[in-house]
Amino acid sequence: MLTFDQVSKSYPGGFIALDRISFELAKGEMAFLTGHSGAGKSTLLKLISLIERPTSGRVLINQIDLSRIRRHQVPFIRRDIGIIFQNHRLLMEHTVFDNVALPLIIEGFTGKDMVKRVHAALDKVGLLDKVRCLPETLSGGEQQRVGIARAVVNKPPLLLADEPTGNLDPELSKDIMQVFEAFNQVGVSVLIATHDHGLVARMRYRTLTLKQGKMINDGLLQFEEPL
Amino acid sequence: MSILFSGRATGATAKKISLMQRWWMSWTHHLRQAIGSLGELWRTPLASLMTIAVLGVSLTLPTTLHLLVKNVQSISGSFTQAAEISFFIKDDATEAQITTLRTMLSADPEIEQVHFISKQQAMEEFSQLSGFGQAMQHVADNPLPNVLLVLPRNTQPQAAETLRARIEQERIVEFGKLDIAWLERLDAMLLLLRQAVLAIAVLLLSAVLLIIGNTIRLSIMNKKEEIEVMKLVGATDAFIQRPFLYTGVWFGLFGGCLAFLIVELMLWWLEAAIGHITELYHSHFTLMAMSLSEFMALIGIAVALGLAGSYLSVSRHIRAIEPTGP
Repeated sequence: MLTFDQVSKSYPGGFIALDRISFELAKGEMAFLTGHSGAGKSTLLKLISLIERPTSGRVLINQIDLSRIRRHQVPFIRRDIGIIFQNHRLLMEHTVFDNVALPLIIEGFTGKDMVKRVHAALDKVGLLDKVRCLPETLSGGEQQRVGIARAVVNKPPLLLADEPTGNLDPELSKDIMQVFEAFNQVGVSVLIATHDHGLVARMRYRTLTLKQGKMINDGLLQFEEPL
Repeated sequence: MSILFSGRATGATAKKISLMQRWWMSWTHHLRQAIGSLGELWRTPLASLMTIAVLGVSLTLPTTLHLLVKNVQSISGSFTQAAEISFFIKDDATEAQITTLRTMLSADPEIEQVHFISKQQAMEEFSQLSGFGQAMQHVADNPLPNVLLVLPRNTQPQAAETLRARIEQERIVEFGKLDIAWLERLDAMLLLLRQAVLAIAVLLLSAVLLIIGNTIRLSIMNKKEEIEVMKLVGATDAFIQRPFLYTGVWFGLFGGCLAFLIVELMLWWLEAAIGHITELYHSHFTLMAMSLSEFMALIGIAVALGLAGSYLSVSRHIRAIEPTGP
């Protein structure tokens, strides 16, 4: 479903963030994207969510070349992709409900239908009782889960997560990974960028490893490789 | 509909709802965003009030000037009598000659009205009004001439002057008098005033445009983070723009209403002073306030400026904000 075909990205000044990356993520597949910070994980996710465009090569989703997507179409592409951010990027002045409802409001939902979906999403991440809270009053793990609820509330077929467990203790990380697994089991393709090797090793999913912009591993991590 | 995932039903449009319902829903959305941006103004009351006050004051000046011109015009309008031409009849003219001239002038298509004041009438009026009544009784001979007052159909100074020159040719007319110079001056001054008002209005209205544009720009900058997040979850520029446009409209509306209140207050305050002056001049001048259509025009212009100002700002700045990361 998601295809990278010889994708390179270099920034002005000659820094090469990604160097001829090719891989494919099947529909309903879950995979990890690992590597040191600066290895190109974030850049790769940015290319999928159309925050950046590749310098060369093609990124395709369902055989549609993202380079053909015009500026005014970008918002509609992003509605198909749920994105979870490391710093969760919640709107701090709005309640949990408003935060999770945002993608639905953008898509034109109103009334009961919207409330039902928001509650369903919050229920999946176990935060239904916090619906009227402001994000500030929640713990780090809870905030992250609100971010996940927002990413999945409109049931996107593809979920991207950038260091979703970055600031969390192992116990909370495990919880959050279980949430991702649950989504994956209902057919959502999930790509999780993380540098938490312990977690990756335990979960035993396909792992794409980047090092200085190059793909050095695709598949199960067989051993604790010194990166 | 989804671009990437054919068959993926997205958004509310995917649900089977009637066109009518969808139309109604879009209105609900607009209303919600309009009220939302009103709430946004309410959240920062001091800043909003300051902006509204600046707009109100900026709109007050052109409105006041417009009312000034309107009132001066109405005064000068009541002076069409001034375009009256007095024809003094020669003393040796007979009654019959005067009557003939009167009939002839009454039939003239360029003349609205002819009024004859005989020597005697003029004398009586003079004694009454001048306060020299007692003294006049001692004047043996009536020195006042017979006068024909002619009101031309066209009260323009030039036309009146032409008419005067023509009728002066009549044999029994001594001379005709039209005090045209001050009328011309008044006209010229009115024209100048109107142009000055126009220039000032244009300046102040562009100030309103810039103030609103800048205020909206600041509020966009304050919400940069929020706008980025909205773009990341798939909001179109149009969707993000709308609350800001509504904010501009609200600013315009409130600024216009404030200007109206200030003007009304000013009129009320001036009314007493003007009443005093007109009393001294034995005239019945009443200050004309704003008509309903003028009020609507004021509010309309204010709202349009609010919308235009915020649009100028929004179209540039919201496009410029792009999310930088996950």
